[in-house]
Amino acid sequence: MAIITYRDALNQALREEMQRDDRVFIMGEEVGIYQGAYKVSKGLLQEFGEMRVVDTPITELGFAGVGVGAAMVGLRPVIEFMTWNFALLALDQVVNSAAKMLSMSGGQFNIPMVFRGPNGAALQLSAQHSQAWESWLAHIPGLKVVAPGTPYDAKGLLKSAIRDDNPVLVLEGEMLYNVKGEVPESDYTIPIGKAQVKREGDHVTIVSYGKMINVANQAADQLAKDGIRAEVIDLLTLRPLDAETVCASVRKTNRAVVVEEGWEICGMGAQIADYVQRDCFDDLDAPVLRVHQADVPMPYAKNLERAAKPDAQKTVAAVRQVLYLD
Amino acid sequence: MARKKPESSDDPALRLSLLREMLLMRRFEERTAEAYALGKIGGFCHLYIGQEAVGAGAISVLRPDDYVITSYRDHGQALARGISPRAIMAELFGRIDGVSKGKGGSMHLFDRNTNFLGGHGIVAGHIPIATGVGFAIKYRGGDQVCLCFFGEAAVNNGAFHEALNMAALWQLPVIYLVENNRYGMGTALERASSVNDIAERACSYDMPNEVVDGQDVIAVREATIRAVTRARTENTPTLIEVRTYRFMGHSMSDAVSGTYRSKEELDEYMKRDPITVLRAQMEQRGEWSDEKMAAIDAEVRAIVEDAWNFADESPEPPLEALTEDVYVDTTSDTSTGAVAGER
Ligand SMILES: Cc1ncc(C[n+]2csc(CCOP(=O)(O)OP(=O)(O)O)c2C)c(N)n1
Ligand SMILES: [Mg+2]
Repeated sequence: MAIITYRDALNQALREEMQRDDRVFIMGEEVGIYQGAYKVSKGLLQEFGEMRVVDTPITELGFAGVGVGAAMVGLRPVIEFMTWNFALLALDQVVNSAAKMLSMSGGQFNIPMVFRGPNGAALQLSAQHSQAWESWLAHIPGLKVVAPGTPYDAKGLLKSAIRDDNPVLVLEGEMLYNVKGEVPESDYTIPIGKAQVKREGDHVTIVSYGKMINVANQAADQLAKDGIRAEVIDLLTLRPLDAETVCASVRKTNRAVVVEEGWEICGMGAQIADYVQRDCFDDLDAPVLRVHQADVPMPYAKNLERAAKPDAQKTVAAVRQVLYLD
Repeated sequence: MARKKPESSDDPALRLSLLREMLLMRRFEERTAEAYALGKIGGFCHLYIGQEAVGAGAISVLRPDDYVITSYRDHGQALARGISPRAIMAELFGRIDGVSKGKGGSMHLFDRNTNFLGGHGIVAGHIPIATGVGFAIKYRGGDQVCLCFFGEAAVNNGAFHEALNMAALWQLPVIYLVENNRYGMGTALERASSVNDIAERACSYDMPNEVVDGQDVIAVREATIRAVTRARTENTPTLIEVRTYRFMGHSMSDAVSGTYRSKEELDEYMKRDPITVLRAQMEQRGEWSDEKMAAIDAEVRAIVEDAWNFADESPEPPLEALTEDVYVDTTSDTSTGAVAGER
């Protein structure tokens, strides 16, 4: 199997889906001539031309709406947000149009489209450019939300997202684009709505998704050195969320730690803790703990940023706490 | 750092002070680029090199009680506003003595003392904020103005239209100054805007407007004087389109030329370096001497070195700072009834 970057995996998914279905087009800032702000759309303009790889002005609300309109009448847009920080300007179209159209039209108009781009913090980009929006987005009925953390998952989930007849949001990661992993050249998809056990263990369940899955894996490696066998669950999809896979694991390990990138209040981990307490209350040997970003706008200074972000060390500490080791 | 601003634009002392200011910006940012390469500065960092005449000329018109607000490309304007180079460099280094205590970085320079209302990172996001500042000035019956800088790519965003419409509708003292440097990241103006003369957009709001040569600091100053006068005396907003060019990449991670603009185009524009343009004007008037200039250059270089050393020695913010300044402390006496922004 070829070893490629997360960026190239996404690029392959886009290319293959555009070859497969001529209703699929990509639109966003710098996707064409500049080849993508993070080079995810590299080469696509050259292969598919200007009608299918469309550079836009800096008008997030506008082009998100253009995507919805095109989807309403039969095209399958992939809207790229340079980052999800800027997608905030487009949320009206994502939430009030894309998510609700099918329901408020009584099932007449579905919106088969994808909104994608990097989510969460990179390095020292400060408060306005370092935000993880997943709990906002997963809050909305009518949307599906996926968050791949590896090149393999990125390709498979993006392909599924493009083929889905609903609006699907793909949360990527700026810090993930250069991460390498095995990706088959063949056509494959990963089902939306299914979590995956990324690593088996029986002492504790670490639940994570997206970029944080790598933090969870690092923590599991460190814990293994102390003989602690962590099971790592990658949610992959945040809506609809596969609570069953999480709960099945917790029934085995009796303990859970959630690692999430966003802020604590109303975060993804709160939802997972809710599923766990409802479905496996009697199996729990400790409260569910959460590792998340500090409850502050992201600071610029290197040391403060490090202190604010979830990391492997904080995850190990939480795991040791649910195991009553510290 | 309060410099006295001469009144007339045809004044040798004014030309000299603007030259010094532009040189300070240039030298400051040359060192900024070096510090970035050394990893002392991180994140996104957008240089102003090539556009110095815009910030220097426009801000030279303002009174200390006026307001300035801008985008992430904010180092030059912060210097022109008289913010200490030490505090700016320390901010870029992410240190406690930075203007924003190391929390903001390059894109978010803020300084209450000089009414510098920030560097803002979301394209066009600060344009309505400028309108709000104008609203507050009128509300309080003041005669200040708000000078708002943004790039030409921001005018395609809805926020620009909403903000200018309200300013014209309510007659607010705001100067919207668009720095048309021809590109928004890698997208040329013509590829993003259906109208190539940005000043014309003001016609939609029946707002006074003009186009200015952004490489000529005196021309920028003159146009700003006209707009500021209109704002102060008639509460009328203006859209000024300043035609300029950035000599560097969009940010430190963008190549200077290649993908979206050619080396030839860049070289052509670099012939009109704002510092050279002013120098030519000074030479014509017999105001230029190499010795005097060498002395000024040495002086600004020393200021920049001092700023670098200061920033380098300034400590990182203490970890307790992480949770500070998220809310105003409403439990202490001082917060009750304190009027934020009252000046
Ligand atoms: C709403 C939003 N979308 C996208 C971006 C990413 N971005 C940052 S600067 C920029 C280009 C802006 O160009 P312009 O307004 O001309 O200003 P310049 O950088 O040329 O000074 C883009 C697309 C952003 N910061 N905010
Ligand atoms: Mg520009």
